Amino acid sequence: MAEVTLENVTKRFGDFTAVKELTMEIEDGKFTVLVGPSGCGKTTTLRMVAGLEEITEGDIKIGERVVNRVPPKDRDIAMVFQNYALYPHMDVFNNMAFGLKLRKTPKAQIRERVHEAADLLGITDKLKSKPRELSGGQRQRVAVGRAIVRNPKVFLFDEPLSNLDAKLRVQMRTELEQLHHKLQTTTIYVTHDQVEAMTLGDRIAVMKDGVVQQYAPPQETYDHPNNQFVAGFIGSPAMNLLPAQAASENGRTVLSSAGFRIALPEARSKQTLPSSVVLGVRPEDLDGPAPDAEGTITLTVSVTEQLGHSLLVYGNLDETQIVASLDPHRRVEIDSTIHLTVNLDTLHVFDPESQETLL
Amino acid sequence: MNRRKLIAKTPLHVTILVFAAIWIIPTLGLLITSFRDPTNIAGTGWWTVFPKLFSGGQYSLENYIGVLSGQSLGQSFLNSLIISVPATAISTFIASFAAFGFAWMRFNGRKVLFMLVVGLMVIPLQMTFIPVLPIYKKLQLAGTFPGIWLAHTAYGLPLTTYLVHNFMAGIPKDLFDSASIDGASPFMTFWRIVIPISVPALASVFIFQFLWIWNDLLVALIYLSARPNVAPLTLSIANLVTNRGQDWELLTAAAFVSMALPLVVFFSLQRYFVRGILAGSVKG
Ligand SMILES: Nc1ncnc2c1ncn2[C@@H]1O[C@H](COP(=O)(O)OP(=O)(O)OP(=O)(O)O)[C@@H](O)[C@H]1O
Ligand SMILES: [Mg+2]
Repeated sequence: MAEVTLENVTKRFGDFTAVKELTMEIEDGKFTVLVGPSGCGKTTTLRMVAGLEEITEGDIKIGERVVNRVPPKDRDIAMVFQNYALYPHMDVFNNMAFGLKLRKTPKAQIRERVHEAADLLGITDKLKSKPRELSGGQRQRVAVGRAIVRNPKVFLFDEPLSNLDAKLRVQMRTELEQLHHKLQTTTIYVTHDQVEAMTLGDRIAVMKDGVVQQYAPPQETYDHPNNQFVAGFIGSPAMNLLPAQAASENGRTVLSSAGFRIALPEARSKQTLPSSVVLGVRPEDLDGPAPDAEGTITLTVSVTEQLGHSLLVYGNLDETQIVASLDPHRRVEIDSTIHLTVNLDTLHVFDPESQETLL
Repeated sequence: MNRRKLIAKTPLHVTILVFAAIWIIPTLGLLITSFRDPTNIAGTGWWTVFPKLFSGGQYSLENYIGVLSGQSLGQSFLNSLIISVPATAISTFIASFAAFGFAWMRFNGRKVLFMLVVGLMVIPLQMTFIPVLPIYKKLQLAGTFPGIWLAHTAYGLPLTTYLVHNFMAGIPKDLFDSASIDGASPFMTFWRIVIPISVPALASVFIFQFLWIWNDLLVALIYLSARPNVAPLTLSIANLVTNRGQDWELLTAAAFVSMALPLVVFFSLQRYFVRGILAGSVKG
């Protein structure tokens, strides 16, 4: 086991910068998730750690060792690919044993380790099957098994669950969680699914256009997003982002637009804001108790979605669509007008120019 | 299958049947003739055996014994084997290495070299005889088995390399990444992963190349200088046609001797033509 350190890592393909000056420290035994939209450089980052992609600039360290020039096989890492990449002509046992055989591990030990891993993953009865005879979930387990038999210092996962159906994905997610709890191996996990990121990660790195926007524990990215992008990416349904005017009245900051007027409590009014800002409110923060003149948004309902554990209400405010997540037992009619109470302690304010978080 | 589908497919079936008949009827005639007496052949057509197809007496192995020993086609058959098998094996072997290199190894000039190899396919074989033959004479390769192995390998490699390359280039890249993380050297990756996966492609290339060499007359004629002790079947049969052109019983039997092995090769390697050997490796 070892920590992984990336220092100012940059990757260019020709003129195109896929990853830009990425600096990140992954503690020993921790589970780090790289998350971001398609094409933001997650896979490229992972492949650089694996040694499958050369580093244009910067350093990658595994433990104390700089591995920039170390070939993949000598980095003591194991990787699970998005599409499994099992050897089609080998049975499950040999798929898992291949790496050990190449490392000249004694036969008895290979058998022991493969069976141990197969036990852990519940695929012992499939050891003699070829990959084509397995279901998607079983192939996924073989791919994971192939990684754990080697007992590497670092696990790398590239969207390992994205080819599974929704139910299996949740199941495998918890299995991976348990596995990490048991093995305590440093893990870097790539996904574009923010639920996976939130549930699995000790820390998550939110990436956009090759740049890490925020690297923090999941709850912190949710509670205190660094900027508008992180705010919009983490959380589902996504945070409502509403253009607003900011002004100061009687020592309180007032955010207003055609559809609302929100006065912040004094404690949150210390900072001078630019006159035009973006207000960020999560759907679940629109369900305050009694209507309060200091912080309501009035909305005409266009669509409702009953999810059982919550009721999603959609409506338009000027040009912007707003979604609110309400108590599922509340009755809301389409085309009716409702008053949403904003949670003043958790609302966010962003700079429309730099997109940075102001409040 | 419902009726409309059946009707829709009828033209297809008819076409296939017609084509099959065009090939099978003469072949059948050849086969039957090769087992009949010379006098019967001269007297009646081969189709006259049909009313009493399975009654004995009208067939004999005389013709086969005649061509194999009397006309020494037995020796030619052996020669054909000695020429075809190593020549095919050598070219498939080299092609698989070359194809792997061109498809998956990074080196300078890879594209140019590959284009060059593929470009060689357009050069007609005949053009090469004049410059190559003197070299063969000088090296005393003319009229020897190694000489003709070399010639067939050289003529076959552009196409075989190209075909195998196309297959190997289609292997998912992740398999190679996976292998390199597992610790496989390029050679190990080639030997333990690429070759087993490429078996169907290699088998079909092997069959093509084998049939081509087995049926080749021109290259044998030029490089073996028509020496009887090394002559393959094609050469001997061509001689037979010149010398014994009237003796149908010998010619038909000889034709079947030369067809027997390709059929065996084809049917025995056919099981490797399984499609979808990559199934299950990566998601579809
Ligand atoms: N070998 C390559 N050559 C040129 N450009 C590349 C190469 N590999 C990746 N890129 C580019 O780098 C960017 C980042 O790619 P990457 O595969 O890391 O994205 P990703 O975050 O993993 O996306 P996804 O979620 O779709 O898998 C993309 O714009 C991609 O087009
Ligand atoms: Mg990716």
